[in-house]
Amino acid sequence: MNTNRRKLLVRTLGTVGLLGTSKVFATAEDVEAAIKAIAGDAEITQGALTLTAPEIAENGNSVPIAVLVDGELTPESYVESVAVFADGNPNPEVITFNFTPDSGEAFAATRLRLAKTQNVVAVAKMNDGTVLTDTKNVKVTIGGCGG
Amino acid sequence: MAKPRIKVPKKAAAGDVIKIKALVSHTMESGQRKDKEGNVIPRKIINKFVCSFNGSTVFSCDIDPAVSANPYLEFRAKVMESGTFTFQWTDDDSSVIEAEKSIEVA
Repeated sequence: MNTNRRKLLVRTLGTVGLLGTSKVFATAEDVEAAIKAIAGDAEITQGALTLTAPEIAENGNSVPIAVLVDGELTPESYVESVAVFADGNPNPEVITFNFTPDSGEAFAATRLRLAKTQNVVAVAKMNDGTVLTDTKNVKVTIGGCGG
Repeated sequence: MAKPRIKVPKKAAAGDVIKIKALVSHTMESGQRKDKEGNVIPRKIINKFVCSFNGSTVFSCDIDPAVSANPYLEFRAKVMESGTFTFQWTDDDSSVIEAEKSIEVA
């Protein structure tokens, strides 16, 4: 996987943005590219993955989100990872949860920073290569990335 | 470094999927902010979290600066036997915050 290359590229872009006069934000295309890097040629489906996020977040510094993939995890069939992206933040990557069959259930929750109103995208990868996705739009009243 | 706050049930039945909550105090400086003089405050975050049970990894995550200060994580684990959960948070400066919690499985 070329995760490192992608991260390097994104960080390089981020640095350029800081040196310039205006801040460079990630775009929906960046997130699409990131999803493509995870999915490869696999077909991307919806349904079994649920991303929970508030419709309106008053404080962009701490937005609670949760991801859940339906079904019990077994050594034969389990969720390898769920990656979360935000298409309006300075960097699209937010967090990647890595599960094992011992996780029992592919559920994880955390709190994240959102710079402005944007889409939060979750991408799950199963051990058989299947890729699932879910998107939620979060309206942010006060952005949470400082400046 | 501050002591992490972790919630693991004390007891469970074999085969139960239990809830785990973990929070550690950390500024999670994103590397996007500037100080009064306009200099960028360097990035300093927890970039990796690993939870293992009796030595094998149960759940882990790779964390980017978009995760809030004092990172909070909630996840599940399936327990088949009594044992100890170990929690590790790795900082950008490669220091590691560690904690342990035991569970009794009947």
